[in-house]
Amino acid sequence: MSYLFNTPDDQRAMLEAIGVGSMAELFAQLVPDEARLHRDLDIPHAMSELEMTGHMQALAAKNTACSSRPCFLGAGSYDHFIPAAVDALAGRGEFFTSYTPYQPEVSQGNLTVTFEYQTYITRLTGMDVANASLYDGATAATEAAMMSLEATGRRGRIVVAGTVHPEYRQTLQTYLNCLGVELVTVGYNETSGTVLPADIAAACNDQTACVLVQQPNFFGSLEEVEAIGRAAHEAGAMFVVSVDPISLGILKKPSEYGADVVTAEGQSLGNPLHYGGPYLGIIACKQEFVRRMPGRIAGQTVDRRGKRCWVLTLQTREQHIRREKATSNICTNQGLFALRATIYLSLLGPHGLRETAELCARKAHYARTLLNGAGGARFTVPFSAPTFKEFVVRDGAGTVEALLADAEQEGYFAGVSLGRWYPELADCFLVCVTEKRTRAEIDGLVGELTSSPVGLTAELTK
Amino acid sequence: MRNTRALSPIFELSAPGRRGATLPPSDVPYAALDEILPAEARADALPDLPEVAEGDVVRHYTCISQLNMSVDTHFYPLGSCTMKYNPKRNERLASLPGMLDLHPYQSEASHQGMLQLLFELQQMLAEIAGLEAVSLQPAAGAHGELAALMTAAAYFRDRGEHRTKVLAPDSAHGTNPASAAVAGFDAVTVRSTPDGYVDLEDLKAKLDDQSAVFMITNPSTLGMFERNIKPIADMVHAAGGLLYLDGANMNAILGIARPGDFGADMMHYNPHKTFSGPHGGGGPGAGPIAVRGMLGPYLPAPVVAFDGVRYRLDYDRPKSIGRVRSFFGNVGVLVRAYCYIRTYGGKGLREVSENAVLNANYLLSKLKHIFPVPQGDRCMHEFVATASKIKAERGISAMDIAKRLLDYGFHAPTVYFPITVKESMMIEPTETESKETLDAFAEALFRITEEPADLLHEAPHSTGISRPDEVKAARQPQTSWPK
Amino acid sequence: MTPDQLKFSKTHEWTHFDPATKTATVGLSAFALEALTDLVYVELPNVGRKVSVGESFGEIESVKAVSDIYSPVAGEIVETYPVPNDPKDPKAAEKRMAQIKNDPYGEGWLVKIKVADEGALGSLLSYADYQKQCAEEQH
Repeated sequence: MSYLFNTPDDQRAMLEAIGVGSMAELFAQLVPDEARLHRDLDIPHAMSELEMTGHMQALAAKNTACSSRPCFLGAGSYDHFIPAAVDALAGRGEFFTSYTPYQPEVSQGNLTVTFEYQTYITRLTGMDVANASLYDGATAATEAAMMSLEATGRRGRIVVAGTVHPEYRQTLQTYLNCLGVELVTVGYNETSGTVLPADIAAACNDQTACVLVQQPNFFGSLEEVEAIGRAAHEAGAMFVVSVDPISLGILKKPSEYGADVVTAEGQSLGNPLHYGGPYLGIIACKQEFVRRMPGRIAGQTVDRRGKRCWVLTLQTREQHIRREKATSNICTNQGLFALRATIYLSLLGPHGLRETAELCARKAHYARTLLNGAGGARFTVPFSAPTFKEFVVRDGAGTVEALLADAEQEGYFAGVSLGRWYPELADCFLVCVTEKRTRAEIDGLVGELTSSPVGLTAELTK
Repeated sequence: MRNTRALSPIFELSAPGRRGATLPPSDVPYAALDEILPAEARADALPDLPEVAEGDVVRHYTCISQLNMSVDTHFYPLGSCTMKYNPKRNERLASLPGMLDLHPYQSEASHQGMLQLLFELQQMLAEIAGLEAVSLQPAAGAHGELAALMTAAAYFRDRGEHRTKVLAPDSAHGTNPASAAVAGFDAVTVRSTPDGYVDLEDLKAKLDDQSAVFMITNPSTLGMFERNIKPIADMVHAAGGLLYLDGANMNAILGIARPGDFGADMMHYNPHKTFSGPHGGGGPGAGPIAVRGMLGPYLPAPVVAFDGVRYRLDYDRPKSIGRVRSFFGNVGVLVRAYCYIRTYGGKGLREVSENAVLNANYLLSKLKHIFPVPQGDRCMHEFVATASKIKAERGISAMDIAKRLLDYGFHAPTVYFPITVKESMMIEPTETESKETLDAFAEALFRITEEPADLLHEAPHSTGISRPDEVKAARQPQTSWPK
Repeated sequence: MTPDQLKFSKTHEWTHFDPATKTATVGLSAFALEALTDLVYVELPNVGRKVSVGESFGEIESVKAVSDIYSPVAGEIVETYPVPNDPKDPKAAEKRMAQIKNDPYGEGWLVKIKVADEGALGSLLSYADYQKQCAEEQH
């Protein structure tokens, strides 16, 4: 009976209290026979905890965990260090098994966390207001673009840099398809690996609601955000920036270069890889756009006795009140992962976040310098712009899929191939170096790549 | 015995020089920062975060966690949210390194076990739904609604039909019309009858050749199985539309009735509810959708495919609406759902729903004498009682009762939803509660009705705070700690 | 201004038309503001926006409800008296909201509209008729 309580005796007593003779009779009163399923579901037999554990261990054994080898995979999902206290605290049942603070008197724990989280996000981004979180980085960027349609009243076009995460752009395209809004993608400069502000300016028209860029961009490179922001504003469009929150330990706040809305993938902040989700969608904006902001927001107030406390506020923006006129259809947030991000940032503090960011930048720079020209100039770094923790490498032998498969066999997750999104970069891959990678691991990767034979076929990946 | 210092917002605990984490020194050859990141891109100051020791962090978050009610600590009959027990084993199994530490872009060869799990989950969700095709991508129930409506739009577009309207009953959750609007449809409201069923006359009047989808919640928000579900499906199909099932209340019908069998063409699951992924203080959830075969080609890509030997991600879906998010889906929630379904098996899932419905009916039978249940003597997994009688007689509102229940150590039911019932209290006990707990809850409600009205207006009395001033919070929004 | 000098819409907006400038001043009736307890925000359109009769150009919010504000006339918004939205001065918003509530027919005015077609003015209700409608609504 797994997690059930009712014994046969309980069931008899309860059925009697209800006034029916059997479970069958109860359901006969409730569900029309023509709608009933008259067989058991075709789902394998029940498993005890012991059997289930064995089954899951067997499945897990068919997976290679990134924690079991040096991992240089990034592209929006990052292997950063997670202090033990994050797991220990976020794993408390009082956080884990509670829900949305509909009763603030018995939810002050969650509301305090949300308020602290919002504060951290506003301080890191320099924005005035953050919400309680969205699904992930892609939907956060998309919601920001949707906000801009309402806030500007321009419903013609969204301009996006081609260096924004391809899956974020695909998500945005899916949403805009429903509304008949044009998505104009601005290509990147082949030398710098960044978009040119002049190209952004040229793509904007008087019906452009926002310009969306990513900083650092998908290739890890730093965009000329100040000039891009100026171009957006000159066209009367809003400036939306998707950032890597770890990078804010060392890079300028988006408010300093004119961002109106800032979004981010918050997975880096103390959240596990988990095969791409659940993650943490971060969104923050200037005060003037707060009533266009999607999702929950916690605010400070006082109780009847004047005691400081927190509640969900500005709820008239949301679907449960405004229904089809709401700012978004989003209902939940990612409370647990916002909690983890809050604990993570509390532990790191100003120095820890700065050091983490600096270690990423230093180690990635070391790896980039080593790989540029390695293997007798077989490997090169094609883009010139400065990079934060990721950079693109070109394999002159043009055998990226085979190269990465070979590296995997030799014990390295070496990088993410780019051809699937950028056909012109089919000979390139993206390398990510976080604070967790050691010099020995970086040297090992370079050694492995440079010794990888040319001419292997991608069959290895099969 | 409250530790009031540790309960303060973390900003008040900060002291310069304290830190909660130490990073190793750089082990790569030194390079000047200016060579790595140009000065004009770098911040002038350190990030503006509090400075606290690890011990501060542990005590602060432990102490504030104790201000929450949760399923682990309290009966939580929050209607429509299915606050059932969250198995500890699933936490451990989902946290195996071979499940947790997987990167979304690692090679398919290196995570065949995960792909197998997700493939099997797709199949199990298809079986439970009685529908053929599944997408695990949506991140929450509302996101699933949206993805399904986008799928419907693509299907009609492909058939050369331009349908502009999505219909939903007035008792529907606000996400239904909101999702319709985001998907580019006009939301149309269909009336419910006083006992919570769809008003067939109104539905008939509003269905036409512009109607794309009728979104129905079955069992309904009032906890009733829609007795006219088959005629409704026939009406919608006759108008050329699709029937969408909001799966919020699937906990009542696992193995008892399948949406595909009773006429639904598409649906979403809330695995964090039905399959017991923990609610996490408000997420993450997940929102997988199941659809009829003819709609399968339009689902978000990728889906997991199996050729008999290897599992792979199938991106080659030219009619797909595209992505609705990054990466694969809320896999952490899906892994827990998989564990939950395999723990019960097919027969066990039916017992889940049977006991959820039994518990709800038992509680209804105990409460109906003091809190009338407008739709009658029976319910599925939840019911909506009204406090309007006691409100009229003694001025005690549903909110007063909800707040007073907190003093008795019970989480409150959902109040003032659905809006179609006045002074509503929506009670969902779930199957993972004992008869003794339900008896104690009913007893508490009886006692509350006999308490002085003034005591109830001021409730709760035993929680750390009394009722917050929501007007002040909204008029002078302070959404972050001042600098 | 006293209410009997004004015209009213069924949707609870009042209108004062100045024939000299062809401008209509629009606000919300005391009845509507009373019904919306705990007023927290009023959202108004941008100056320059063209509105038609019955078009929603703004919203009025309480803590847990929101209502549209409908234009009584057709024309162009030439002036608004918004609720300030300054994070550094939250009291300013509160002050303005109190003004709307306490002086609905004076400083509580919300928008001025340059009227394009005076015909619609004729179908607005007198204060007496409006009061009659409100009395019916309360039943």
